[in-house]
Amino acid sequence: MTLDFAPRPGAAPVRRMVLAQTVMETRLLMRNGEQLGLALVIPLLLLVAGTEATRVVDLGPGRPIDIITPGVLALAIVSSAFTSLAIATGFERRYGVIKRLGTTPLPRWGLLVGKIGSVLLVQIAQLVILVLVALWLGWDPHGGAASYAWLVVLTLLGTAAFAALALLLAGTLRAEATLAVANLVYVLLVVGGAVLVPLSRYPEAAQTFLSLLPSGALSEAIRVVFEGSAPPTTSIVVLVVWAAVAAALTARTFKWE
Amino acid sequence: MNSLAVEVSGLVMRYGETTAVDGLSLTVEPGTVTAVLGPNGAGKTTTIETCEGYRSPQTGTVRVLGLDPVREAAQLRPRVGVMLQSGGAWSASYPHEMLRYVARLYADPLDVDALVDRLGLGTIGRTPYRRLSGGQQQRLALATALVGRPELVFLDEPTAGLDPQARRATWELVEELRASGVTVVLTTHFMDEVERLADWVHVLDHGRLIASGSPKSLTSEGAENTLRVNGPAGLDVSGLLTALPGGTQVVEQAPGLYLVSGTIDPALLHAVTGWFARQGVLLDGIGVRRRTLEDVFLDLTGRELRS
Repeated sequence: MTLDFAPRPGAAPVRRMVLAQTVMETRLLMRNGEQLGLALVIPLLLLVAGTEATRVVDLGPGRPIDIITPGVLALAIVSSAFTSLAIATGFERRYGVIKRLGTTPLPRWGLLVGKIGSVLLVQIAQLVILVLVALWLGWDPHGGAASYAWLVVLTLLGTAAFAALALLLAGTLRAEATLAVANLVYVLLVVGGAVLVPLSRYPEAAQTFLSLLPSGALSEAIRVVFEGSAPPTTSIVVLVVWAAVAAALTARTFKWE
Repeated sequence: MNSLAVEVSGLVMRYGETTAVDGLSLTVEPGTVTAVLGPNGAGKTTTIETCEGYRSPQTGTVRVLGLDPVREAAQLRPRVGVMLQSGGAWSASYPHEMLRYVARLYADPLDVDALVDRLGLGTIGRTPYRRLSGGQQQRLALATALVGRPELVFLDEPTAGLDPQARRATWELVEELRASGVTVVLTTHFMDEVERLADWVHVLDHGRLIASGSPKSLTSEGAENTLRVNGPAGLDVSGLLTALPGGTQVVEQAPGLYLVSGTIDPALLHAVTGWFARQGVLLDGIGVRRRTLEDVFLDLTGRELRS
């Protein structure tokens, strides 16, 4: 086939561009072993280990699998929306990918939508697998279909907050610093961010502070939802405020080069 | 279609204390290959990247295809192809995949497989970008600049790091682009590339335009050409000098290499060979050396090494 270089310029329809971006980002995310480990292997290990956790940590009254599962779901959301996204975006900036895409017809908001889209696709896989494994391990959620509907809503809210924070981080720090901070935050949240261990097990003085963190709010809301209730309004407000503030800061500070 | 492809006027760009571009004005005619030359730090990349819309002019104006590259970016981007000096692809992406992705951003892209074949990227299918050689990365960057069928392409050092075969392939591609009506703006450090490809040359130094013209006009302007004569070493050439017109100079630059400088014309060549014949000397070689673009460039920008 011969090539005809005669100019025929034009942008693709926006939907096709955003879809192409989402597909490309998802493929790259799936190809990265560390990210996959972060997204799936660690949550799965925690799920299995969590059923044995009562010997190590006192999770409170109830069956360990019922206590640990909502926390693991929250952790999976944090790992893909925050840690993976921040690291991937940091290195995209570093290698000039975002700079290069800046001269294609893909609008900047299209780049963001593509990123969020790929995060959501990964999360669907994460949550489906984790829920199935948890049920197989004996998880006994309450609330029926409504609780799963709430999980979708909370996933979207949590992703908005954590993805905005990820872009804030990746848009201002160097790639290596982003990598370090994103992993550190992940570990700190696992250990003491009221993600895995229910809020009620923390000292009373810490509870208010932790419930105002996006991690605490997300985890607590998922916990309440699978106990069969609607999520607390405060959790929803906390997530919305974090998302709005981080998005506003990101819009002001993000450097594309 | 008579409007200029690129019009930069009075552009000033400063980074802190440094003035990268200092009142630069230049134009690019549509349908031409225009080379932007200059030593490192002359302001080439800053100028090109301002044309690409990466930054707004601090002073002066930039118009690309008649549009403001920052404010009218949405209209301009589909029409312009960009090849950056380095990077620009995900390190884990495969060349084919990367190119197919970029093609999907355009309405009527080139055939990806044909482009891959043309640029010799067909054999590296499942090699991730980070494992490609520098030359392969360059060719992929060129391919992504062309895949959207742009009217105008900016190529920042398109042949840096390429082997001679790949350089020639790139030159042929650029010539084909021009034949198809694409305007090409390229920066380079290779003078042979400019002499072969460019219709027009802008020489930049210290952020200013110091010379501009076709490669031919630049090399012939006030050019003193040289006649190189190879023969036996140690001849007394003072006699030759008297046989030649005034203003001509003769030196034995190295043993057996005589340089005759001045206005080299057929009469002078005849006079020189006649003198050697009268001396009964058989010459090993004789040739006219024209001033090259490299000579012009070094004369304009100085020969000292820049830090």
